[in-house]
Parts: sequence; C-alpha cells; structure tokens
Amino acid sequence: MNNQSENLSRIQSSLKRRNRSEALFQWYGRTAIFIGLAAVAVLFFDIISKGHGAFRATYIKLDVHYDQSLIGIDNLADAAQLVDGNWAALSKAAIRGNFPDVSGRRDKRKLNKLLSNGAGFDLKDRLVENPQLLNKTEAVWILADDDIDTYFKSWLDNNPYDARLTDKQVQWIDDLYQQGRIELFFNANLFTRGDSREPEQAGIRGALMGSFLTLIMTLMLSFPIGVSAAIYLEEFAPKNKWTDFIEVNINNLAAVPSIIFGLLGLAIFINFFHVPRSVPIVGGLVLTLMTLPTIIITSRAAIKSVPPSIREAALGMGASKYQMVLHHVLPLALPGMLTGAIIGMAQALGETAPLLMIGMVAFIVDIPSGFSDPATVLPVQIFLWADSPERAFIEKTSAAIMVLLSFLIIMNTSAVWLRKRLERRW
Amino acid sequence: MNKVDQSTHKSKENTSEQKLNSSPKQSLDLDKNHVTVGKPFSDDSKMTMRNVDVFYADKQAIYDVNLDIAKNEVIAMIGPSGCGKSTFLRTLNRMNDTVDGCRVSGTIAMDGENLYAPKLDVVELRARVGMVFQKPNPFPKSIYENVAYGAKIHGLADSRVDLDEIVENSLRKASLWEEVKERLHQPGTGLSGGQQQRLCIARAIAVSPEVILMDEPCSALDPIATAKIEELIEELSQNFTIAIVTHSMQQAARVSHRTAYFHLGKLIEVNPTEQVFTLPEHQLTEAYITGRFG
Repeated sequence: MNNQSENLSRIQSSLKRRNRSEALFQWYGRTAIFIGLAAVAVLFFDIISKGHGAFRATYIKLDVHYDQSLIGIDNLADAAQLVDGNWAALSKAAIRGNFPDVSGRRDKRKLNKLLSNGAGFDLKDRLVENPQLLNKTEAVWILADDDIDTYFKSWLDNNPYDARLTDKQVQWIDDLYQQGRIELFFNANLFTRGDSREPEQAGIRGALMGSFLTLIMTLMLSFPIGVSAAIYLEEFAPKNKWTDFIEVNINNLAAVPSIIFGLLGLAIFINFFHVPRSVPIVGGLVLTLMTLPTIIITSRAAIKSVPPSIREAALGMGASKYQMVLHHVLPLALPGMLTGAIIGMAQALGETAPLLMIGMVAFIVDIPSGFSDPATVLPVQIFLWADSPERAFIEKTSAAIMVLLSFLIIMNTSAVWLRKRLERRW
Repeated sequence: MNKVDQSTHKSKENTSEQKLNSSPKQSLDLDKNHVTVGKPFSDDSKMTMRNVDVFYADKQAIYDVNLDIAKNEVIAMIGPSGCGKSTFLRTLNRMNDTVDGCRVSGTIAMDGENLYAPKLDVVELRARVGMVFQKPNPFPKSIYENVAYGAKIHGLADSRVDLDEIVENSLRKASLWEEVKERLHQPGTGLSGGQQQRLCIARAIAVSPEVILMDEPCSALDPIATAKIEELIEELSQNFTIAIVTHSMQQAARVSHRTAYFHLGKLIEVNPTEQVFTLPEHQLTEAYITGRFG
C-alpha cells in the first residue's frame, strides 16, 4: 500500500535525526565526565606536587658529645633536673665543633640557626633513653631548621630559595653537603607530633587524634539517634500534618549552612550547658546536629526500599510491628543505613566552619588522649597552617590535605564497597 | 445506561425473565439495597461476617457483606478486578489495619469471638488466621529460617529438635520437603516461583493456623506450579479452613467447595461451586462466568 511505503520513508528519514541527537547527547555526557575528571586530576596534581616534600625532612649529621658539665645536671633520672638542663648547649656545641673557624656572636648565632631549635630536646630524649651515652660522643642526625629544610629541598631541585639565609649559611650548607653530613630522611615527625610554631617540628598527630575522637563521638550519637528517628518516622508514626512538618524540617536542617550549627552549639552546649570549649565532646555534639539530617534521610530511603511484601509476610505470620522491624526491615535496610552513616561521617570529617565557633580552632600542641582534652581537627589544622606566614607550612598544608583526602577516599570507597557487598536483590 | 429493575435481583423468576430480555451489552448496574442471593450462611460456621462495610478514607470498598465460612471448607472469592474481594479477604486477619485510612464496620467473628473487639490482639489473630500472598514473598533468609520463623516468634518450639520437626512436617505438608531437604540452609529466595509459594504455604501452616487466607496464590505462577498448589490446597482442606481469592474461574471450579461472587464491592451470590458454574442464580454471576465482562 502507498500509505505504508510513505510511512516507511518518513520513519527512515526521521531515524537519522534521532540517531544524531542520541549521539550528541552521549557526547555531552562524556564531555561533562571528562571535565569533572580533569578538575580532580588538576587538584590532585597540584596538592601532591606541593605537598610531597613534607613527607621528608632535612637532617644534619653531627658528632655530639654528651658533656655532663655542659648540661649542668647530676642525675638523669630526676625529672625536675631534666627540665632545668641546658640541652640546647649540646646541639650548639656539636655544630660549632663541625665549624671551628666560625667566630663572632652574629655568625655563631647564624650557625646555631642551622639546627631546629628543638634539637637540644631531641638529644635530651635520646640521652634519657640511653643513659650510658653520658660523657660519650656519637654521630647523630639532627633535625635542621625549617629555613634550611626549604633551601636544601629547593636546591636539590635546582631552584634554590635562599631569601631567608645569609651567604655564609649557604656556604655552610654547601660544606655540609660536601662532607655528606646533610641529607633528607622520612619525616616521622609529621605523623608523631602535634602542632608547633616551628614548621619542622609541626605534625598532624594531634589533629588526627582530634578528628578521630570527634568522629567517634559524632558516630556514637548520630547513628543511633538518626536510625531510631528514621525507623519511627517510617514505620510507626502516623502520617499526618505533624509528620509532614517534621519531614520538611529535617530536609531544611540538611540545607542549613554548617556555621549556623556552630553558633547553635556555642549558644547551647557551651554557654548554656557549660560543656568545655575546644574538646571533642562539644565538636561531636555539633557535628551530630549537622550529620543527623543526612543519616535520617538516607536511613529513611533505605527503609523505604525494603519491599512491602516482606513487611506483609512478617505481619501475616503474626509478628508484632516491632518484630517485623527488628527481624526483617532493619537487617535489609542496614547496608543503606551504614552507607548513609559513612557518607555523613565523611562530611563531618571535612567540616571546618562549625568547629571554628566552638573553639576547636585553638593552637593546641599536646596530642589529645580523651574526649575532654582540648583538640583540633584535620581540616582546621589545614586552615591554621594555610594561614601561617612561614614558607615551610605551604608543603605541610598540602601534606595534611593529602592525608585528609586519603581518609575521605577510604571512607567513601568503603561505603560503595559495603553497599555492593551487602546489597540484596529480590 | 439501563438501570436494572430492583425486583430482578430478588427472585429467580425475574432473573430468568431479565436474561431473556437483555442484550449482551446491557449494563449491569446494582441497586442500593442489594441482597446476596444463594446460600451465604452455614450451620457449622468457622467465621461469620455480618453487615461488613470497608472504607478507604471516604471511599467505600465493601458494601454490607453477610457471609459464613464453614469449618474445613474451601471458599473461593471471584469477581472482576477492583471488586473488593482481596480487601474483604484482608479484613479476616486484619491485614487492612496496616493501610492508612482503612476502616471496617459490622461484625466479623471467628468461633463467636469478635475479631474487631478492642481487647483482641492482632498478633494472636494472625497466628490463628494464616495468609499466603499473591506474589511469593519468602524472607531473604534460609528455607529453614523461613518455616521456623512463626514457631520462633510465637514460642511454639521448646527445643531445637521440636523446631526441626515443625519445619520438616510443614515442608512435607506443603509437598516441598523432598525438593529442599538437601538445602534447608540455602536462601529461600533462590527457589523457583512455585517452590517459593509452597515455601510460603509451609511457613503459614507451620504455626498450625485454623484458617488460611490465600490472595491469588497462583497468579504469578506457571500452569505446572499452579497445578501443584491446587493439589496442595485440596490436601490442606482436610485440616484447615481455606478462603481463596482467585482471578481464575477454572481454579475456583477446581479447588473450592463454595464460591462467592463479588461485584463492585457487593457480595452478589454465594453457592456451591458446582452450581455457580453451571446454574448461577444471579445474572451478574452468569455474565461474569460466561465472560461478558471481567
């Protein structure tokens, strides 16, 4: 029939157009993904190229004579005396021993500046651990000052940065290099020490512990509260205006800027309930406020995704509503809930603004060991270091970002893995 | 639309007259004061329903149903889609309680006990009135756990040995034992559709209910699986009272002793199955079983 052949030709001519628009649509999608990946790649390249240096630190090898008369104490076991000991004298004597020709107060001070000003205390720790070294001499790798560290690394990269050094200091470093007495080693301090004003002595251990404690607090509070709220709202609460109102407000809370939660925490937890400032307890409380909506919303979605036929089966068997939830709905919804909790925790780990309001931005040197010790957290540490004028903090900042990002990647990957692993199909 | 004369529903003579006069396309509207024809009542009743109305919010789904279900009988409920047969079935173990806005009035009693009395606990009721659903819905647990679940939550087994026995007996009664005895601890969801449905029946009978409600138990199954379930229903009818909702008239004819025909929320006719399918009293029933609508 004529009609059929005409239709066929119309279909054929429209086919080309349809295929073209589909190809175009796919191309848009691929471009969008490519741009996204490129942005991530640039971010990673930038951070890694800036931050990789922080994982190594410059050390200078010196012959240290543990001279008791220099230190000025007579009993190594007496903690009170240890504090009073003139430990800096040990490192100063050692560096002068290596450069006996240096004279004059000014030059001597510049020479001392080659070493970290914590070098004496490192020697103290070594001597206390090995008391037999007293009045003996040994070769020790001593941590260099941050300016030396920055110069030495940039010099190794053939792009020396010597603005903060005198010509003599540059010459001394060159001499040390000729003698094989200056070298880069893995920077264990970065992972074992707390914050410091001296970049070469600053580490992220304090911030890591603070983040860990704060997250534990957040998880312990927000997961049970969030899951209970989700179960009650989904399974038990009557569907009426009040529950609609609550639902709208939970969604609102998820969109509230996090700094407002910080102000709320300051007003309620610190000013009203007198929880101490700067501690993981109050940080956990504030982050709980912030992650609760995320956990409630994802948990409700997980509960909703459990097929109603399972609920009917359980109720039809004579299970009470509580048994239905506990035996059937909860086990099936748990993977989704855990995924939501991990994503909520990852958000909390990266959160900075609310913690600024409750004093977790303080400069804290001691590593926190409990929920009521003053602490700071990784993103706040990054903020603090990024704000510091010392050049050596640039690479520290990037290194801390790398550590934070790797934790975020681990958490998000485990969320995806967990969902794939525990997901059930019907 | 022609309004069918009220009197035609009341007597057989009038119905026959109407049949003679009616054209096949004639509309079959119901009047407000419809009375069920046939034999809805029984002397040996397990469940009795009087003046049952069911509402979903403002919409009425069931109008003034009066029916007895006799002990150890299989009663089939048939009717076109949306006629309220499933809704009615679900009032018998109060599964409708879970639907928001659902309201039931009238009396429904089992052994003389009002199922909608305020002090009645639905947990106990559902242990006495088991249910098998349209789509096989085993728990995503092992076959053993599925069957043992009811006994566990109701505390029916004193020991592991008791529980094993209950599981084996139930699976045997559901003619599933031979097929699954080697893999009791594999997931019930791994079985075929027909096996899953028999697993659900085994799960329901594991708590020894008095009545079993079946809501289109074969609609998701192939003919062979359907035949097995139908065979099973016949065996089960020796020990249980069974109410089955079905879309298939052949199935109703094969498995049931009595058949109830629902139309637009009203119970039109209840009669022995043989009579419903050979000599229906009501013209609507006849129209439905002869395929004029449905």
